[in-house]
Amino acid sequence: MKIRDLTELAARNLREALLRNSLTTLGIAVGVASLVAMVSLGVGLQELASKRLSSSGLFDAVFVSPKINDRGFGRPPRQTAGSPAEDRPLDEDARLQMTKLPNVVEVYPEIRFSTEILYDSNSYMTMVAGIPDSARNGGAFDGMKGSFFSSPDADEAILQLEFAKQLSDKPDSLIGKEITIRYAERQAIPPDNSSKAAAKPPEKNAAGSGTTSAATDSGLSAGFNVIPRQAKLRIVGIVETEPAAGFGGFGRGRVLIPEGPAQKLSAAQQNDLRDILRASSGNKSSGHAYASLTVRVKRPADVQATEDAVKAMGFSVFSLLDASKNLRLVFSVFDAILALFGSLALIVASLGIINTLVMAILERRREIGVLKALGASDGDVRKLFFAEAGAMGLVGGVLGVFIGWLIGRGLTLGTNIYLRRQDLPDIQISSVPWWMVAAAIAFSIAVSLAAGLYPASRASKLNPVEALRYE
Amino acid sequence: MTSTNGLAIRTNSVSRHYLMGGSLVRAVDGVSIEIRKAEFVALLGSSGSGKSTLLNLMAGLDRPTSGAIFAHDRNLADMTADELARHRSHTIGIVFQAFNLLPRMTLEENVELPLRLAEVDRKERATRVREAVQRVHLEPRLTHRPAEMSGGEQQRAALARALVNRPTILLADEPTGNLDSATGDEIMLLLREINESLGMTIVMVTHERLRAERFAHRLLQMKDGKLVSDGAST
Repeated sequence: MKIRDLTELAARNLREALLRNSLTTLGIAVGVASLVAMVSLGVGLQELASKRLSSSGLFDAVFVSPKINDRGFGRPPRQTAGSPAEDRPLDEDARLQMTKLPNVVEVYPEIRFSTEILYDSNSYMTMVAGIPDSARNGGAFDGMKGSFFSSPDADEAILQLEFAKQLSDKPDSLIGKEITIRYAERQAIPPDNSSKAAAKPPEKNAAGSGTTSAATDSGLSAGFNVIPRQAKLRIVGIVETEPAAGFGGFGRGRVLIPEGPAQKLSAAQQNDLRDILRASSGNKSSGHAYASLTVRVKRPADVQATEDAVKAMGFSVFSLLDASKNLRLVFSVFDAILALFGSLALIVASLGIINTLVMAILERRREIGVLKALGASDGDVRKLFFAEAGAMGLVGGVLGVFIGWLIGRGLTLGTNIYLRRQDLPDIQISSVPWWMVAAAIAFSIAVSLAAGLYPASRASKLNPVEALRYE
Repeated sequence: MTSTNGLAIRTNSVSRHYLMGGSLVRAVDGVSIEIRKAEFVALLGSSGSGKSTLLNLMAGLDRPTSGAIFAHDRNLADMTADELARHRSHTIGIVFQAFNLLPRMTLEENVELPLRLAEVDRKERATRVREAVQRVHLEPRLTHRPAEMSGGEQQRAALARALVNRPTILLADEPTGNLDSATGDEIMLLLREINESLGMTIVMVTHERLRAERFAHRLLQMKDGKLVSDGAST
């Protein structure tokens, strides 16, 4: 029999015992719904955790720092002799090279410096950190008050809530206000002036602050002056928890500024001293070296290849790849357990299918005999019962996915009502992606067909003569 | 070996035995008959004589315990279950005493059912259904369900269903058993008309000797599973 005829006959048979078949289908739907609700919860929580961790910038990033040979405390120096990348500075050349690696989205330096904040005639000491524009979409700023930087070059600042509380009892009122930051600018000294500058004692500038010169004594390379500067920034937002923009970035800065101004300010950082030492040792460099760089890749899966490539360039690398792998493993086990419990209801529902179809065989015994007398093969009869089981599985599966999705929505809604009462932002704890819809329906059909195996086989083996005699 | 040319059905010492309550029942016991193409044969006998069992064996609905049964020179005893299903679908048309129409289907759908099973092209089905229904004069009843038709109409509908796949052999098991005399005669006239106009071989099981003598070419009498007489009708 052709598939279309089989489908039509199966649909007709299902319509005949509408109530019984509907109840059986509803049983399957409840089974599928429990499966979908359980797995969607697991997947939703996994997505939530992944999103939160991704927004921390830890799982799609490789943190690069220069190789350090000083093992210290009696340990032998690292054996790097002969390596072409030995003691390679983490400078602009290296950064550009990393930018060109496949799957790299951006490479940005960690800019973090001490500063004095002036606001409302008070002064506060804190750290300023540069934030790349990509952090805008990372989710770390999702629940912030105010807005993200209007542009990567805007003279704007986002304050960390705890710091904002120091500035004002009403932190929200700070948005739109201006703060002044005072910092030490690092000003390069041309090579011909370096020795002269080094010989001179520190001078006072107009602001009355001391100007410190740091340079080599050999004239091999330029040093730099450290000049006190100040700049005005407009507060555009307040973020509750400080987004960690890179490993080692925890507790980085409580005043966040766009990467553009962060670089433009050219503030003296902790690693500047290393630059001077490197310059004094005659190491060639194209200029200022970075303390560390963050290489952001497209997906966590790209981390390993990028890590290897950067390592080959002669730098130390670190990523949380293994931690990410473990996280996925934990959630996979979690999902599997949830799916197992969800499937139990579906397996119980499959007993309903067996019962319904066995009943149908008894009721339609004579009809099966007629079909066989008219030329239906055993296979045709078997396929007909299979089609009926499969149809119940399909309808039950579709209905079940919808009910499961509704349960998930309900759980999310309930959770968010609770979170709002706790003054916490909304979250999505349940997720029904397309693959789950397809898998749940396919599983429902598969279980239904498996349940139809026995009735279909029994129906196909009916003796037509006995079946026709049946009243 | 005798030539089988011109034979529609040939049985060769065919037997069908089965156990019932521990005792052996010889429903059909060593029956050998030859039925020519386009012959109208009536299989007579009292209840339990084995005539319906022999008809089921000819239809391929049952398998013989021993012996051979040929339909157009193909031994049904050697056929697989699928081959027997094809035999029933393409070679045989069957009508039953109880009509056996599917109650939830209309006349049109009932008649179309064998075409679905034989995987006949959808475009051709409507023509074939119309043709079969016209032959039994039931065109006005196309959309009616069996419960909305009289006994005679139901048997005519069953006849249309049996003819729709254009079989070469029509097997009828007590086709007039559930009908009054006049309606029974109508069915018999239809059978004769089909036999004559289409040249279709008809084997009809009945216990009504008079009616069989009126319409059939040949009468086969069975008793206790054996063929006791074989002769032309008067």
